[in-house]
Amino acid sequence: MHIPISTLTLGNGLRVVLSEDHTAPIVAVNLWYHVGSANERPGRTGFAHLFEHMLFQGSADVAANEHFELVARAGGTLNGSTWLDRTNYFETVPSNQLELALWLEANRMGWLLPAMTQQKLDTQRDVVQNERRWSMDNQPYGSWWEKLPALAYPPEHPFHHSLIGSMTDLDAASLEDVAAFFATYYTPDNAVLTIAGDFDAAAAQALVEKHFGGIPRGSGKPPLPDMTLPPTFGGWKREVVEDDVMLPRLFLGFRTPAFGTPDYYAASVCAAVLGMRKGSRLHRILVRERQVASDAGAFTYDLSKGADLLVVDVTARPEISADRLEEEVAALVDELHGVGVTEAEVARAAALIETELVAALQSAGERADRLSMFATYFGDPALINRQLEAYAAVTAEDVTRFAQARLGPDNRVSLLYVPRGAPGSESLVEAEAHA
Amino acid sequence: MSATPGLTSAPRPPRPEAAPPRPYHFPQFEHRILANGMRLIVAPVPKLPIATVLMLAEGGAAADPSGREGVAQLTAQLLLEGSEHIDGASLTEQLELLGATAGASADWDVAVVRCTALVENLPRALEILGGVLRAPAFPEREVDRLKAERIADLLQLRADPGALADETFARVAYADGSRYALPAGGNEQTVRAIVRGDVQRFYEERYCPEAMTVIVAGAMTVDESEQLITRLFADWRGTPPRATRIDDAPGARTRRVHLVSKPEAPQSELRVGHVGVPRAHPDYFAIVVMNAILGGLFSSRINLNLREQHGYTYGAHTGFDWRRHAGPFGADTAVKSDVTDAAIREIIAEIERMREMPVSAEELSLATSYLDGVFPIRYETTDAIASAIANLEVYGLGDAWLDRYRERVRAVTVEDVQRAARAHLRPEELQVVVVGDPAVVREKLESLGIGPVTVVDSER
Repeated sequence: MHIPISTLTLGNGLRVVLSEDHTAPIVAVNLWYHVGSANERPGRTGFAHLFEHMLFQGSADVAANEHFELVARAGGTLNGSTWLDRTNYFETVPSNQLELALWLEANRMGWLLPAMTQQKLDTQRDVVQNERRWSMDNQPYGSWWEKLPALAYPPEHPFHHSLIGSMTDLDAASLEDVAAFFATYYTPDNAVLTIAGDFDAAAAQALVEKHFGGIPRGSGKPPLPDMTLPPTFGGWKREVVEDDVMLPRLFLGFRTPAFGTPDYYAASVCAAVLGMRKGSRLHRILVRERQVASDAGAFTYDLSKGADLLVVDVTARPEISADRLEEEVAALVDELHGVGVTEAEVARAAALIETELVAALQSAGERADRLSMFATYFGDPALINRQLEAYAAVTAEDVTRFAQARLGPDNRVSLLYVPRGAPGSESLVEAEAHA
Repeated sequence: MSATPGLTSAPRPPRPEAAPPRPYHFPQFEHRILANGMRLIVAPVPKLPIATVLMLAEGGAAADPSGREGVAQLTAQLLLEGSEHIDGASLTEQLELLGATAGASADWDVAVVRCTALVENLPRALEILGGVLRAPAFPEREVDRLKAERIADLLQLRADPGALADETFARVAYADGSRYALPAGGNEQTVRAIVRGDVQRFYEERYCPEAMTVIVAGAMTVDESEQLITRLFADWRGTPPRATRIDDAPGARTRRVHLVSKPEAPQSELRVGHVGVPRAHPDYFAIVVMNAILGGLFSSRINLNLREQHGYTYGAHTGFDWRRHAGPFGADTAVKSDVTDAAIREIIAEIERMREMPVSAEELSLATSYLDGVFPIRYETTDAIASAIANLEVYGLGDAWLDRYRERVRAVTVEDVQRAARAHLRPEELQVVVVGDPAVVREKLESLGIGPVTVVDSER
């Protein structure tokens, strides 16, 4: 499997990635801005995401919500998403509508501000506050999204604070903030544009130049503070959370090498050995054999700056206490830390990762998003074609060495959710004090 | 170029015209019938070295015996827990060593074993799956474990406002005793009642080659697929299952509000709807277009009203749940607690307006051009292609259905939409479910005056 790639850079610094595939008359347009919640200033948590909502509120030639309507009328799908260190916007449209998607993206990259109004900001603030209520505040265990990064990254670190933002900070966001954020971060030299699917390369290049070429380069963004962190947490930081939940659930996090570094792949395979699918250690031992968990998994955040986070996520069976759940998970992780992994476990993980990657790359939108990601983080979209190789090169010794270095009791943070008012929940809260 | 970031002085390129569309055809597929009556459908899709196989059996939740609701889903899951030759843990390990993504599940109408793998590994993965599909062991220990996992899920549901709203809505929308009133996976009482013998009996009655269809989509030819499936299944014999008939009668015929108490909830989860129509209904296309305008699209009336005009919610949608018998129609959203009554009023008003006033030509063309244009984008993956073919089989739509889909969508008129709204939206029969804080919403719901308010016991 080889994804064809060509690249160019416009005079204003916009990096463009093209990847042709003519199997269906579909084309994906995908734009990554290298800005996320990490770039927010104090007192404005949640702003990067609120700003993403504002990008759908029109621009000089596009009315509020018209972006959605035009793409739908063209027979396309679209969305945007905000993450700790990037924000993306994307459309998949019938290939004859490529220029519409480019025009829409260019119009808001170049001429957003004339369309911004206080009323639009107020409404999107309400929408985002409802998004927070729906995804976190009124969701069992929902606060883990906010609490885990807060535990795992020190207070001054850009990944520490809430991505969705506090209600107070969202209330404080102003139109001046919108204008300043736009001028600083939404510039062509801070973005990658990928086009993947059914298009003619020369025609697409001309369209990109026509729509984006006149947008001026930015004047630079403030650098993020130094994000490097020691390789381990230096202990086990525990937090016990009483919540409106029925079953205890443990999130156990480990500091791991940043996404894209050579050691990242061992960490990623280790997460798959631990928690990818039902043949993983967590599921096989805790769910199937010992029957102490009703569900179990593990994953990495895939953060490319400073340090990444590997997370083990296990929910108890109804008769299992929170204490017992934590003991069982810790015993399993301790064994992996002490003894390491087998070759069969690594082979299983690599095979699953390979199938998942090939399956994902069937879709033009997925292909475009990953090309934008590799171009944004590492300046090299062709890394997409080296992922299978990088995973295949990971040996059992690599994963064992990773587990010995990073899964020990000196490198843990945990959130233990307990049902509110459950017997024993108070003593658990006390246990936190001597952790 | 301007030196002031954020202010672009260059001329703005004008809004473009669309180029002429390139043609698209859903992948061609061919039928084969094995000696034992098992059907095979193959769609060669050579883009990437991957394929998806679906094995469909007449073992959907609608066929659950009364008092044992949940047995269909349990049986499907237990297929992957081993045969007399291999236990569940080894089977899982062997499949995953091949990189196969395999699973077995049952929806309301059908049970499906699904597998996606690189084509070089697919024959071995299917050998393993074929072996358990033909002779599952249903070990007692795994029956007990999967029952316990289902009961844990049901317990979790009590704390999950969205899931609680869905479960309550089904219960109040359908008549007592209707299969659709209970979750597809059964409730705590019915799941506890299931024993291994129920699973074995359900399997013997519902998983028979004469009534099964295998669908292959991906980088496999028709001949390769036929040889493989013939080798795995052609000597398997069984007795065909009986057709399932279920009661899809509605519950209350008058509008009611059902409040599920969640003290201090910052939002109310809302479900507003009633029993809809069966999948094979002749109004299908008019209903799909009507629903897109009402609440199916982002730019639908209900989402623009509740989200973009009022800021009540992160999103609001409507949908018809398509099943062989009449699945539910409903609006769903989660709104800030203090606007619960206003949001319900807006939802009901939009449903009424859909019946009373013709939609505009712009609204109609937005919905039809979206559904028409997005068609190829829906079928980018082998899994999506195989699933679309499975729908043709499960609902008896015929082979030409996908090829005619786009023209039939485009043929829907303003009059068709209003006729569908009048025939299939019944504002006076809407059942309104609210999972929220009674201290904030109860009085507001009563003064809303849309129907009697009852507080529902969520622990039932």
